[in-house]
This record gives sequence, structure tokens and C-alpha cells, in this order.
Amino acid sequence: MTKPLPEDPFIRSLVIQAQRAQFSRRNMLKGAGVGASALALAACSTGAVEKPKAAKDKSDTDKIVRWDNWALYLDVDDDGHYPTLEAFEKQTGIKATYTEAVDDNNTYYGKVKDQLKLGQDIGCDTVCLTDWMVDRWIRFGYTQELDDAMIPNKKNLVPELANVSFDPGRKYSLPWQGGFAGIAWNKDQLPGGLTSVSDLWDPSLKGRVGVLSEMRDTMGCIMQDLGTQIDGKWGDSEFSAAIDVLQTQVSNGQIRNIKGNSYKEDLQNGDTLAAIVWSGDITQLNFEAGDHWAFSLPSKGGTLWNDNFLIPIGSEHKKNAEMLINYYYDPEVAAQVAAYVNYIPPVAGTKDAMMALDPDLANDQLIFPSDATLANAHVFRSLSSAEDQKYNSQFQAILLGA
Amino acid sequence: MAFSAFATGTAKEQAPRRKSRIALLLLLPGILYLMLFFLVPLVSLVITSFQQPIPFGDIGEYQTAFKWENYVDVVNTYGEHIFRSFGYAILATIFALLFSYPLAYFIGVTARRWPLVQNLMLVLVIAPFFISFLLRTLAWKSLLSDESFVISGLKALSLMAPDAHFTGTPAAVIFGLTYNFIPFMTLPLYSTLERLDTRLLEAGSDLYSKPSMTFFKVTVPLSMSGIVSGVLLTFIPAAGDYINASRDFLGGTGTQMIGNVIESNFLVTLNYPAAAALSIILMAVILVMVTVYVKRSGTEDLL
Repeated sequence: MTKPLPEDPFIRSLVIQAQRAQFSRRNMLKGAGVGASALALAACSTGAVEKPKAAKDKSDTDKIVRWDNWALYLDVDDDGHYPTLEAFEKQTGIKATYTEAVDDNNTYYGKVKDQLKLGQDIGCDTVCLTDWMVDRWIRFGYTQELDDAMIPNKKNLVPELANVSFDPGRKYSLPWQGGFAGIAWNKDQLPGGLTSVSDLWDPSLKGRVGVLSEMRDTMGCIMQDLGTQIDGKWGDSEFSAAIDVLQTQVSNGQIRNIKGNSYKEDLQNGDTLAAIVWSGDITQLNFEAGDHWAFSLPSKGGTLWNDNFLIPIGSEHKKNAEMLINYYYDPEVAAQVAAYVNYIPPVAGTKDAMMALDPDLANDQLIFPSDATLANAHVFRSLSSAEDQKYNSQFQAILLGA
Repeated sequence: MAFSAFATGTAKEQAPRRKSRIALLLLLPGILYLMLFFLVPLVSLVITSFQQPIPFGDIGEYQTAFKWENYVDVVNTYGEHIFRSFGYAILATIFALLFSYPLAYFIGVTARRWPLVQNLMLVLVIAPFFISFLLRTLAWKSLLSDESFVISGLKALSLMAPDAHFTGTPAAVIFGLTYNFIPFMTLPLYSTLERLDTRLLEAGSDLYSKPSMTFFKVTVPLSMSGIVSGVLLTFIPAAGDYINASRDFLGGTGTQMIGNVIESNFLVTLNYPAAAALSIILMAVILVMVTVYVKRSGTEDLL
């Protein structure tokens, strides 16, 4: 196992430099023994510590921007056109290509990480990823620094999100949409509803409970149920206590399954009656499959997460991407998007714009949460690399039944 | 080989002497393809499996080393999953064989008199391939969910406990594996049984053999090549399958197979050496099991 990384960035860089010198010599000796072809392969597969260089910007001559995003995450009409994106094209003359390429933070990362390491183009000029994944990209130097002069609308960013631990001052990323993880239940079968995460462990729900495979959301909800402030200082003992709860509930069959996006099918077909879920999904599920489910933040707190725009290091259209981000930071545009996606827009003034568009939605606590609602949702604190690895493997071990 | 008896001596000696450049040229794309897409990835996989974390490195950063302990670690941590994978694969293969043999026999032998029935049944065996494997597995998941008519019917008949469920259990995963690999078992069996000379069966009964004895002494040995290829086509992919056992499909946290462990190590925890070591163990165990199996069933000619 790796020793924990010194937290001080200066000492950390010194240690890494010292280690690099020592180990490259050893690699050479090992490589020579394995043979020339193996050496070539080893060079490819060895983790490069060098940070990649940003690509040259060709935005002025090449008027395109390519945007990778999650499914159902931008307003779309019945003919498959994206109204706000087409308005952007008309306004700026930049041709935008929108792809629903992100299915999962991990699989997307697995697909593009090798090009990122070499500083190559990954086929998109901006992509929206979740906080902790953005944290990793910034740490590895896989993103280009945003030019504030190109994004005047950055002033509309809500103040709570302006200084996040993984990107102080938002130099590399800007939020796209946010949401809650909380509890949902089947209103027909559980008319009484649920109020806290511990309600999920009620014996009457044995084998009919689901939780998310996203570590920060499931663990965040359980830890808060145990009384931990997830955005404050906590360590191994708090995390282990929550892992024990999860392990117990999985082993005794209370929790039926641990899933990613596909948990919606389980709610729909009745395998699970109550679950830890993402807020926007329940709104959409009720819309698609009849109004059967209710969502609430647990009384002791749910989690708050954001997906963020970032510009990959190999993108040659940085300026165009910045213009796109700037466009979506206009409250009018943000309101149009929020009316479709039902997640929390990070743009101040969106609520006023929504008032004109759809007053019902403007009063929806899951889209425009009041301060009281927000006080009950917290961001999972950012983890150091060593913690990330440690906690992730503990959580994965439960998912694998190991 | 039986054919060599008919070959003349001269022809046999001529073959290797003819140094055909064209043959080499024709082979070249195949060899290059194998080099590039099999040999190189395999070597890279072996190297990765011995890597160690970069000291003070970030998540997913590894360097070349000879850390053979990776293998010990994964066997200790995931031994249960390795056994489970092969256990499930063996059970699924047996069930698929038990289901497919009568089916293939009916299509290939009994239905010979009605070519239309024969063709229709073959279409029915192959038809599921027209729909994506993932979609079919998802469809089973909702057919077998707690509120489905199948499960509520079984509960109404007291064949299942009221609080029992099917999805997420080992039975569901083995069921899914069996279902998905039945065509791979049926088709090779059909192709050998189709050529079965029924006069041999008549000869058996003429010699006062019971039908069951004729079956085991005549039919089974004659269809052995079909059984062996069917078993291989089912067992090898079933052991490495990670869709049926996945938590998003028919499996649960207690049914994870080696493929799911590799996926989790590779994509989520970014433990590439562990994922690579597991992949190599999977390949090696399959190779050993298949070799032993083929040797024992006396059909080396197939390989």
C-alpha cells in the first residue's frame, strides 16, 4: 500500500520528484531484462507523473464546440432539437455538437484517461462531470484554466458554489446542474412515508430497500444519519461506522441491491419499495410512470452534489467552449434548461426568470431549494488521494460481497 | 488421420517443399492482426499485473515492477469470487446441456420427417440473437421481479415463501447464464445429431439393446464432438461473464463473479494490477480446465 501523501503541496512535489529520480533508474534495469518490446510497452503503461500541456487554441478559425454530457441533461424538443443550444449557434455562429457520452463518471474516465495523460484531444471541448471526478481531473492537470474575461456571466454563479475545496475560486470548473441524494419511497405501498435513513432499516422493508452505488451519496446519507457532519472534519472511524451499518444491512438482506442509474427500474417493477436516490430522477420517474413515488431529504441530512463544466487539456476550442459556458450562465437560458431537467441550476436569477416561464416550477423545492432545504443538504468533503483509494475499496468490497 | 491412408506418398512429401510466397502473403494480415490485437495486449496485461503503486502517487498511478504478490493478494481477497465464477459456469453448462440435448435431438433426428418443423425450430433457437443480449437479460429481470406475475404466481401457489425473491440470488444468475448460452449449446449439438445415422440405432435394438443403452453406447459417443464444442462454447464465456451477475441485471452483492470484480477494480478503484492479475488467472484456469476436459473426453482433434 502507498503511504499517505503529505498534504503540503510543496513537500509533496519534492517527495514525488525525489521518488521519480530513484525509480526511473530502477525501471531501466528491469526493462532491460524483460526485452526491448516489453520495455516499449512498459513505457506506455507506467504512470506518467508529468502533467500534460494544454493544446493550442484554434477557436478563431475553427468555429465549432463539442460538448459531452449525461443523458436527459439538456432541454430537448420532440424532434430531437436542443432549443437553447440552437439559439447559441445562431447567436455566435459556432457549430455545437452535443453528445450524451457520459453514462457514469468512472466509465467515462476509463475511456479518456490515456489520451488525457498524453494531452491529446478526447473528442470533446467541454464535458460535465461530478465534483469528485472534477477534483481528480484538476489534480492530474487534465483541465485547462478558464479565462474569466471570456465568461463575464461567471458573476451569476451562486456564492455558495464559488469556493469549493477542489477548485478554490473556480479557476478550472463551473457548475452545470446540481442535485440532492435523499430517500424515496413508493407512496402506494408506504403511505406513511419515511423521514430518515434509519427508517429504511425497518424490518417490514426487509429485502425491498435499494441504495446507490455512488459512494459519496450512499455513505454521505448513512454517515449523516449516524450524526457525522460530512462537509466537516471526519476520518476513518466515522467512515468505518457507516460502512459497518451498510455491511450489516447488506448481510442481513435488508438492502436488496446497490445500483447506479438502473435503480429506477427496481422502483418501477417493485423490487424495491424505498431507496436512497437522486432527486431529479424521481421527478422524471413520476412524470414517465405515473405519480407513485415521493422524495424527501432525510431529517438528519442528504447530500448535495454538482456536475461541472470543465475543458479537457487536449481541447483546441477552448474559447468556443468558454463562450458556450458563458451562454448557459445567462439566467434566462438556465431557466429554460431547468424547466426541462428539473435539477438545481447554479445561476443566480434563474428563479426570477422561471417565474415568467412556469411559476409552479419556480416554487419546486427540488429545483429552487429554499435556505431551509439547503441547510439540510451537505457536500461530501473532498478526499485526499489516499483516502479516496482507501474508502473506495472498502465500499467496493461491500458491493462485491468480498 | 483416416484421410492420410488414401494419400499417396509423393503428395505428402511435396507439400512442405513448396515454399509459396503467396501463402505467406495471405497469412500476413492474420499474423499481424494477432500480433497487434492479441499478443501485444497480452504482454501489456502481464506487465500490468506485476506493477506496483508509485510511492506517494495518486489514485491509479502505477509503475513497472515485479510485484508477484499481486497474484497472492487477489487470490486471497477474491478467491470466493473465482470459485463462484467457475461454479456458476459449470452449473450453467450442465443445465444448458440437459436442456439443449433433447431439443437438438428433436430438431436433428426426430423432426427429420418434417423439414418445415425442423427449420422453424432452428429459427426459434436462433431468433433471440436478433435482440440484444442486454435487452433480453433486462427483460428477464422485470419478468422475475417481486411484483411480476411469475413470482407472485409462485407465491400464490406456495412454491415460494411470501418474503422470498428471485432477482439478486445465485439462482437468478445461473438461470440467466443458462438461458443466454442455450443457443451456443444447441447449435453444435444439432449439427452433429443431424448427421446421426439412425440405422445404427436400429442395429442397436436388433441386437437386443435397451433404448437407454443404445443412447449411451451409440448416440452419445457419436455426438461427442457436438457436446465438447457446445460445452466449450458455453463454459468459457460463462465463466468470464459479468452481465448476468452484475447488480444492474440479475445479480446482487452476494453473486458477483470474477468479471464483476475485474470491472470494479479496473473502472472504479483503478487498481489496474489487481484487475490484470485476475484476468490472467481467469485465462489460465480456463485454459487448464479446457485442456483437461478435452484430453479426458478424447477429442483432441477438435482443437
